[in-house]
Amino acid sequence: MPASLERGAGGERAFAARLLDPDCAAPRGLRVPAGGSADRRFSVYRNNVAVGLVATLAARFPVCRRLVGDAFFDAMASLFALQSPPRSAVMSAYGEGFPAFVAEFPPACGLPYLADVARLEVALGRAYHAADAEPLGPAAFGRFPQGAWGELVVGLHPSVNLVASPHAIVSLWETNTRDATVRPVAVAQAEDALVVRPHLAAAVSVLPPGGHAFLSALATGVPLARAAEEAAARVPAFDLAANLVILFRSGVAATARIGAAPL
Amino acid sequence: MQPPTMPPIPNPARPNGHGRVPARAGAGLKPEHYAEIVETRPDLGFFEIHAENYMGAGGPPLAWLTRIREAYPLSLHGVGLSIGGEGPLDAAHLDRLRELNRRFEPGLFSEHLAWSTHEGKYFNDLLPLPYNADTLARVVMHIDQVQTRLGRTMLLENPASYAEFEASTISEVDFLAEIAARSGCGLLLDVSNVYISGINNGRDPGAYLDAFPMRHVGEIHLSGYAEDEDGGIPLLIDAHVARVSDPVWPYYRRALARCGPVPTLIEWDNDVPAWAVLHADVRRADAVLREAAGLSDHARVA
Repeated sequence: MPASLERGAGGERAFAARLLDPDCAAPRGLRVPAGGSADRRFSVYRNNVAVGLVATLAARFPVCRRLVGDAFFDAMASLFALQSPPRSAVMSAYGEGFPAFVAEFPPACGLPYLADVARLEVALGRAYHAADAEPLGPAAFGRFPQGAWGELVVGLHPSVNLVASPHAIVSLWETNTRDATVRPVAVAQAEDALVVRPHLAAAVSVLPPGGHAFLSALATGVPLARAAEEAAARVPAFDLAANLVILFRSGVAATARIGAAPL
Repeated sequence: MQPPTMPPIPNPARPNGHGRVPARAGAGLKPEHYAEIVETRPDLGFFEIHAENYMGAGGPPLAWLTRIREAYPLSLHGVGLSIGGEGPLDAAHLDRLRELNRRFEPGLFSEHLAWSTHEGKYFNDLLPLPYNADTLARVVMHIDQVQTRLGRTMLLENPASYAEFEASTISEVDFLAEIAARSGCGLLLDVSNVYISGINNGRDPGAYLDAFPMRHVGEIHLSGYAEDEDGGIPLLIDAHVARVSDPVWPYYRRALARCGPVPTLIEWDNDVPAWAVLHADVRRADAVLREAAGLSDHARVA
């Protein structure tokens, strides 16, 4: 039907389908001045979309980009973007699925730690935009009698993000973030990462043995002693003293109470 | 006791009181400049933010914006609502815009005559639509929903385009004028976009400005484009990567001659320069605004 064909020309569907297909010609129905090319004009829109999405991913995953090089990263990010375009206009949340894509990306299989570094960078982005809360310091915990610490129910700071890895992801992240010339890193060393942003600056650190299990248990709302038992059961090397230092000093706690009484 | 005052007369082109964002030049707010702005308190009319960059739950962007908002008027500029889209507006996104409007009380709120979302996919770009009776009705309906949900009038920005549509039956200027007349919204006149679209589509930017419904204009945008080509003819890219392009300034003066001084934003979103470089373009626009107001620098000093 000519009328419906006319209505279809210039429609979003044809335009949108071709934006994510690098090999496709322009949709029909574009009007360009004499001497101009509809394909060339459409390629500006397609290029703007691709460049914008790759730039967003490059900004969120700078350490991954440094690890593989700009050209490799941009090609990988471009494939991810075509396959998984954003589902929301809030671009700070874009790229949550990138680590899983990296883990299954055959050309990156020689870097088994790359996907976990990407997970750490996802965690940093989440922490950066997480809700604000005043963190509890040692003095706040000091107000509870030490004999009652086992009963403490701790609410973690909204910015807390944990990433467990069999690779040295924190060491890799640190040297690729801070050093002009990267230090050698023993990548086979397992490191569980803690990301927390108590105030404006996010901090990344390696958790002590059992720390991931301990904080994960606390996050479910069980009292401190029970969280320690669970961590010790899962990780025989669980270090209670080192984990209490993290809990009291790093800003990971936002609330603490015993029974029904809040701090 | 203050004597009772007359309620303000609503003016769609000057939403929520023109005094909130003055008829001076302002700058797009970039994270690279947060600290310097807070420390040095540069003299400029306002800051404008991309709404979508401040939609997290918390963190540094909202903390910095809170401090900067205490010292400057604010313009809120959405880039992701897809007002020109075929699909319904995203209610969750509209709610996020409403919350930003509530929290930061911007003097101006604007969005684009464009679409960016199709069937749930967000393209992170301002994409074009044909101008005809069908699309006109749809855009007016969407703007009505925005203004109702936000409880304020908005400004709609003319796009930069690289092609036109055979399905268009209305000129862009007439399309925007009719949207403003039907919806009660104001217009954001992006003079750089007028120039870019004019060159790219073989149309006269001056004629566009001479026909533009200036009574609806509540803000102007200026920016620097990138130059490319298509088979030997120039193709300008709306890149926001440089100082305001030289050919744009005369058209800015031509627009001001018709609409009078209005808040004017210098947009510089990519390859962001040192603050002093961006501020220099802001001051240049301020000087043009003073000319347009009939005030020379000498007259101001006197």
